Amino acid sequence: MNLNLLILIPFITALVVLFCNGLKQVRTVALLGSGLQLILAFWLLYCFYEERSAGNVSQMVFEYTYQWFAPLHINFHIGVDGISIAMILLTAFVVIAGVLVSWSMDTLNKEFFFLLLFLSMGAYGFFMSLDLFTLFFFLEVAVIPKFLLIGIWGSGKKEYSAMKLALMLMGGSALVFVGLIGLYFNTNIDGFHSFDLLQISKMKIPLDAQMLFFPFAFIGFGIFTALFPFHTWVPDGHSSAPTAASMFLAGISMKLGGYGCLRVATYLMPDAAHAYSEIIILLSTIAIIYGAFATLMQTDLKYINAYSSISHCGFVLLGIGMLTQTSITGAVMQMVSHGLMTALFFAAIGMIYSRTHTRMVAHLGGLLKVMPFISSVFIIVGLCSLGLPGFSGFVAEMTIFIGSWQNPETLYRIATILACASIVVTAVYILRATGKAVLGPITDAHFNTLGDALWNEKLAAILLVGGIVAIGILPFWLNDLITPGSQQIILQTGQNILLK
Amino acid sequence: MNIYPYISLIPLIPFIAFVLLGLFGRKYLNTLSGIIGTFALGVSAFLSLATAYQYFFVDGKVDGVFRQMIPLKYTWLQFSSNLSIDMGILLDPLSVMMLVVVTFVSLMVHIFSLGYMKGEERFATYYSFLSLFTFSMLGLVLSSNIFQIYMFWELVGVSSFLLIGFYFEKPSAVAAAKKAFIVTRFADLGFLIGILILSFHAETLDFQTLIARLTDPQSSQLLSITTASFLGVSMLTWGLVLVFAGGAGKSAMFPLHIWLPDAMEGPTPVSALIHAATMVVAGVFLVGRLFPVFVFDGAALIVVTYVGAFSALLAAIIACTQTDIKRVLAYSTMSQIGYMMFAMGVSGKGGEEGLGYMASMFHLFTHAFFKSLLFLGAGAVIHLVHSNDMKDMGGLRKYMPITHITFLIACLAIAGIPPFAGFFSKEEILLAAFHSNKLVFFVALFTSGLTAFYMFRLYFSIFWNKETKPHSDSHGEGPISMRIPLVILGAFALLAGFAPIAKLVTPDGREIETHIDVLFSLTPVLLAITGILLALRLYKKENDIADKIATAFGGFYRSAFKKFYIDELYLFVTHKIVFNLVGKPSAWIDKNIIDGMMNKLAEGTAKVSFEIKGLQSGKVQGYALYFFLGIMGLSALFIYILN
Repeated sequence: MNLNLLILIPFITALVVLFCNGLKQVRTVALLGSGLQLILAFWLLYCFYEERSAGNVSQMVFEYTYQWFAPLHINFHIGVDGISIAMILLTAFVVIAGVLVSWSMDTLNKEFFFLLLFLSMGAYGFFMSLDLFTLFFFLEVAVIPKFLLIGIWGSGKKEYSAMKLALMLMGGSALVFVGLIGLYFNTNIDGFHSFDLLQISKMKIPLDAQMLFFPFAFIGFGIFTALFPFHTWVPDGHSSAPTAASMFLAGISMKLGGYGCLRVATYLMPDAAHAYSEIIILLSTIAIIYGAFATLMQTDLKYINAYSSISHCGFVLLGIGMLTQTSITGAVMQMVSHGLMTALFFAAIGMIYSRTHTRMVAHLGGLLKVMPFISSVFIIVGLCSLGLPGFSGFVAEMTIFIGSWQNPETLYRIATILACASIVVTAVYILRATGKAVLGPITDAHFNTLGDALWNEKLAAILLVGGIVAIGILPFWLNDLITPGSQQIILQTGQNILLK
Repeated sequence: MNIYPYISLIPLIPFIAFVLLGLFGRKYLNTLSGIIGTFALGVSAFLSLATAYQYFFVDGKVDGVFRQMIPLKYTWLQFSSNLSIDMGILLDPLSVMMLVVVTFVSLMVHIFSLGYMKGEERFATYYSFLSLFTFSMLGLVLSSNIFQIYMFWELVGVSSFLLIGFYFEKPSAVAAAKKAFIVTRFADLGFLIGILILSFHAETLDFQTLIARLTDPQSSQLLSITTASFLGVSMLTWGLVLVFAGGAGKSAMFPLHIWLPDAMEGPTPVSALIHAATMVVAGVFLVGRLFPVFVFDGAALIVVTYVGAFSALLAAIIACTQTDIKRVLAYSTMSQIGYMMFAMGVSGKGGEEGLGYMASMFHLFTHAFFKSLLFLGAGAVIHLVHSNDMKDMGGLRKYMPITHITFLIACLAIAGIPPFAGFFSKEEILLAAFHSNKLVFFVALFTSGLTAFYMFRLYFSIFWNKETKPHSDSHGEGPISMRIPLVILGAFALLAGFAPIAKLVTPDGREIETHIDVLFSLTPVLLAITGILLALRLYKKENDIADKIATAFGGFYRSAFKKFYIDELYLFVTHKIVFNLVGKPSAWIDKNIIDGMMNKLAEGTAKVSFEIKGLQSGKVQGYALYFFLGIMGLSALFIYILN
């Protein structure tokens, strides 16, 4: 299939939205566009299986190259493997759910849906890029609209949060750019430099260059995925953003970073990844534990989910840092799983907030009685977050634990045990929030008058719950999809602990 | 007929019922859902009995030994070339016996609930949760893979959470549900790490292979796990002890027992099913599942023995002081599971030495019947008087004859009076302990006296003692659906002792010869009778002797009544230490130091730019001056330094 469709469709729908009149037209177009994205994503999955079963064993399939700037050997180069497809599927799910929960967006709806669709184009492009310049281009596309989304449609101290998020992510981008340029000038393909990911992966970057530029790329991307101590944009940014933007931010944006850490930093600079693995593990373990404990003290539902995202994204980086095939597969699974889960969590919080006008756990109570659907969704996503079997979180976390345990050094073992221990803390904060907000007696008489979810909210929730359960009950398809990709990355790092 | 292909239906039917009732029950099938759930379970129970018959009496045995069979297995999640989670079914005497126990008790509870939960607004939800629990528990006992058991273990935990918190509008129910989940979750952390350790060295997650490799003195895997050590203890022992920690959490063994008494906040039939007969014995089952490895290691088995014996004694002492009837029963459950645990602990790997294992399973079997009967009886009583407290009860034998008789049977069974079920299984346990560990034996003997005392304290306080009149709107013993399970379970509490467990469920699959030694039995039976007589004296008629004795015991009584302050200790550790010393500082550091640094960085940048913006003044003279100075500086640099 032609991958350009996945970039063009969001782009075209975004443009069409600009020419629509009134909320009804705008949201219909947005829904059609995002529905088309979802269909395309599944079509891509189907085509990928067809291609593989037809015997195509090349690392990337459906490649497309277009020369952008010949003198510097910059190409528009895209292609996908299983990991990319998993991320594309995630994006499609989150975007359509985001459109559905913003169904009655009342202010500047045209601009809002335009930005949302534009962002999704950036995400698709990023996950498909096989050229570092293309990749950086799409990364930027996916950063800037967020500033507007928060600054215009946000709540609370939105200007501060928008500025903080934009500055920190821009800082991350700048670091990434240094890393990419550093890579570029250390390549030598027939006497020329190259941005091409596959070409670079086949040649050996000098060790000192790797050691110099790996931190730039890894920290740069790491900021996107809440690498400790560069995670502070997450709580403010997520809680000030409107629901759909929070879903997009936590569900997809943070995954751009994880994907970049994996595909660019680790894959292209494997020796440095090894050398720095202890630091990565240290930082990610801190993020996991410390994020979990910080969540324990939060009183605002959005802050709870934001801090828990820091902890959960720590698992992604831990899986990458452990550098075993299983742990990397687990890291990608965790990205997909957390993306769906956190989007659903923000959706549920948004639904609660739009009815009760509060997000403070202390003010909420007994919602299960008055809004059984929304509350059930909240409980389900909570159970997924604390790693209950049957949901995606369990599969991803256990894969990471098993993969991490294959590293027999003491430091790695301690990190794994601490990561395991964090799921107990997760259970505590999830149950505290659930027990107070959803269960228990009704705290405010006016809650009795509130209604349950509308059809659009129900559809959004069902889609995301469906994704979580599909991974949780039948994990093997996702595992089979991702494993060849993570195997490729591990082969690159030259050690294969697991296939002992 | 070969029915093994149909075994997967045993857990799947309740699962289908769960999905059906969970999604559509509330809207479309509210009153029907009870019937649907019960019918689904009836089919499962029938299939289980058929499986048990087929396995035990037709083709389970090869050359006089029960073999392990895997009628079904498929890979669910492949971690690496040798580690995978398989969903499979492992049939051996242990799992087949559990299959029968779980489906049978669950069926009784389903039937009982038809009457007990009638009129409940979330009737369908209740039945869907019951089905979920039954599915998970069945998946747990059938597991062929150690990770599979962990998954179902967690699912069992969450169904317990959902059912304890079923009356979600009651804050105490929500708190109890949270406590149960978090405490067992903490224990499961041990289980998980134990799995990681065992599977890393054994290079497999499959039970059969794992056990074979870790008990074969020639295997390289065994060598690797026994040579690796941490703090001077071999990794094998660590792995097993950690796995046991998970089991101890679910089975409410000291010090992880604190959730069980609170779990009584759930509807009473749920307590009968989950917190008496099935889920709480999962820990015993787990030790039984890995028993060959436990025996091989020995050290871990000692931990099992002492934890079990201590829990049995501790719980019995506390049970003597509680006044909430469900809490008395909860502590009695804990005590009886302690029996099962230490019976495992004193067991050898086979032959006559395998008596402990057999006795443990036997007790698990008989206990399931009489303890669920006790809970259902208590449920019927609570249904009548609308209170859990002994003080609100008394003289109820006139109002509920069937409950009274069946409750009495169950009390006699748990006290170990022949020929009731508990007598036989407890006898074997005491015998096994007597042969291998005298200390544990005496603890067990003393505890069995206490058991008789506190059970009959309960019995006399409910059915004799002062007269209380039930409310005028009382519904007597409840509908027939509540009485039938009592009668059936009563029959089993009477007869289950004659089940040939010794021939069927043994550690090595070979039958054990057992006989009742009258001289040996005399002591425990006399002790039990003494306990009963004491309870009769103190509680049959209203008097103040019991209070006087309690006062005489003073501090000891008070601390037993307060459950030895273990809850308070936990509360101190979690709230004062974890929340205040870890949680709050983390949140504070994040807000003030890390984020503060980011903010300062931003402010600093703004400040610097504010300071230097004066340089961009637009005055040409100024620019000329800077230009001149720059030239001077650069020239100086090139001339004096770089040269």
